[in-house]
Amino acid sequence: MDQTTINIIFVGLSFALYIGIAIWARAGTTSDFYAAGRGVHPVTNGMATAADWMSAASFISMAGLIAFTGYDNSTYLMGWTGGYVLLALLLAPYLRKFGKYTVSEFIGDRFYSPTARLVAVICLIIASITYVIGQMTGVGVAFGRFLEVDSTTGLLIGAVVVFAYAVFGGMKGVTYTQVAQYVVLITAYTIPAIFISLQLTGNPIPAFGLFGEDQSSGEPLLARLDQVVTDLGFNEYTAHNGDTLNMVLFTLSLMIGTAGLPHVIMRFFTVPRVSDARWSAGWALVFIALLYLTAPAVGAMARLNITELFWPNGTDGEAVALETIQNDEAYDWMGTWQQTGLLGWEDKNDDGRIQYYNADSEAMQERASEAGWEGNELTNFNNDILVLANPEIANLPGWVIGLVAAGGVAAALSTAAGLLLAISSAVSHDLIKGRIKPDISEKGELLSARIAMAVSICVATYLGLNPPGFAAQTVALAFGIAAASIFPVLMMGIFSTTINNRGAVAGMLAGLIVTLIYIFLHKGWFFIPDTNSFTDDNPLLGPIKSTSFGAVGALVNFVTAYIVASRTKPVPQDIKDLVESVRVPRGAAGAQSH
Amino acid sequence: MTVKEEETHDMTDHSNSQAQRASGGEAYWKANIRLILISLAIWALVSFGFGILLRPLLSGISIGGTDLGFWFAQQGSILVFLILIFFYAWRMNKLDREHGVNEE
Repeated sequence: MDQTTINIIFVGLSFALYIGIAIWARAGTTSDFYAAGRGVHPVTNGMATAADWMSAASFISMAGLIAFTGYDNSTYLMGWTGGYVLLALLLAPYLRKFGKYTVSEFIGDRFYSPTARLVAVICLIIASITYVIGQMTGVGVAFGRFLEVDSTTGLLIGAVVVFAYAVFGGMKGVTYTQVAQYVVLITAYTIPAIFISLQLTGNPIPAFGLFGEDQSSGEPLLARLDQVVTDLGFNEYTAHNGDTLNMVLFTLSLMIGTAGLPHVIMRFFTVPRVSDARWSAGWALVFIALLYLTAPAVGAMARLNITELFWPNGTDGEAVALETIQNDEAYDWMGTWQQTGLLGWEDKNDDGRIQYYNADSEAMQERASEAGWEGNELTNFNNDILVLANPEIANLPGWVIGLVAAGGVAAALSTAAGLLLAISSAVSHDLIKGRIKPDISEKGELLSARIAMAVSICVATYLGLNPPGFAAQTVALAFGIAAASIFPVLMMGIFSTTINNRGAVAGMLAGLIVTLIYIFLHKGWFFIPDTNSFTDDNPLLGPIKSTSFGAVGALVNFVTAYIVASRTKPVPQDIKDLVESVRVPRGAAGAQSH
Repeated sequence: MTVKEEETHDMTDHSNSQAQRASGGEAYWKANIRLILISLAIWALVSFGFGILLRPLLSGISIGGTDLGFWFAQQGSILVFLILIFFYAWRMNKLDREHGVNEE
């Protein structure tokens, strides 16, 4: 059986599983469709949250970014897990006590202002659409590979599937489908990692293998990796090469963005009790950590494997022969990935070998001119393909490759579909029914939800064709927007009794606008390519890249809210009482249905 | 206990909550803020501290071919985050009972 058939079988089986569970679960509990988390144990809820949370960015993209940058991209690891501490300590229990269903409802009530609610909805829609663009990039990679077409065709096919999946709808609300998705996702991620860790270090636990010994050389794995990459003129893997301030701000942006994104916060609204909201955040992080502790091992080990494949005789020997790439089974993955347009090589100096090295390094330029090399001949290695290509690179059995394809598709689809649902309900429920046309019929509301979904997938697909970055980088921009707009007002809404309606509105708008402008200046206006004035290699404000600006935007939000609130009418007593009551668990009503 | 039973409990709690808040509220909130500040100090120390800013100071301690700061950035901080959330949940649920503001 060829690999394509195996991949389709695995992806098909996983879909059958989700749909089967959705049908089974729906038959029993039609009524609490919205309150999917109600009465669900914190462990189960944590697993479902983890599936919702870990998207194409975590599954497909992150390890690749770590692999090709090294230590500096530890920011993704710390940022996307550290945010759960903020959620558990600063938001989850209080929002659960408040007892409504959406983030914008809390903001509207706490700041006694329909305008605040409207601004919050707009912030959430902008962050979510940006997030979907990142997912679509991942969808393109996953579908391109498993259907063996170029990534643009993959993206278009994927968009149709995501749309159908989201319209089918209810899937998102069913906790047990997400539990199944989590199981598929984590198995698909860890099994190849275990195989590779065993191959390289003899240790079955990748997180330990990362700090273990490379069996072929007898050196510690990371020391060996540092050696081979510096031999080829690349930055030392474990060293800090980037800017420290940017690294801190980027990590902080991801952390507070995590605590500001609606689809994660919403899960804590529906747990049975306030104390469960605290536990649930912990359990979600347990299941997320299983992937996040493995990801750096996947990245480092893949980088070592790739480097050694291109330099089979050692980094000071002869590079791999073109003939070997074409005929040797161990290099078959290069042919299949070349079809997606995300991997490319070219024998520039016609020596029948492919030299992979850093052509910008001075030391390497010297060696290159001596050896007659004419530049790096691995002309394209898209970071986003690393996780999906990894089992093929390591020559693992066909079923492992099929499993990873199913996991990648699950990760991208579940989050993309979930976000589309969040966007469509924000538009139809909060925006149209809540503001523009309160007397809209239920049918009209449903229709507008579908239209919103279709429009956002078209926008995301169009922008996904020329994405502002790799999947995880685009998603990081979405986190920056959420960090700058939503997190500060949620926190002030709970921990301050003096921030009033005008302060909150001004804060959200200021945070959102400065962050969007900063991002658009670097990534193009509305992410349209070539409309940018700066690049992230040479940002407007010193070392601060557009992905790191969310933390600055959050500060602008806090300061603006404070200044405006201190100069306008104080908060009325009934709202102060509301804040006081949110702070104590006693009196929490059971999760209500909508 | 089923969800239904919990809801009945919640209803009776609700009527007492005003009085409870007045007596236990302020000390409870102070204790909570203190716990949050301590937890966040540790949160920042292991990630921004050990993982990034203080990494040069930890460079003497080697682990698996690199230094302790690298380990904190890629593994240690995540493990500490986990411990922090569970510690906070356990401690707060205890505080809830001590101050009589728990849900049951």
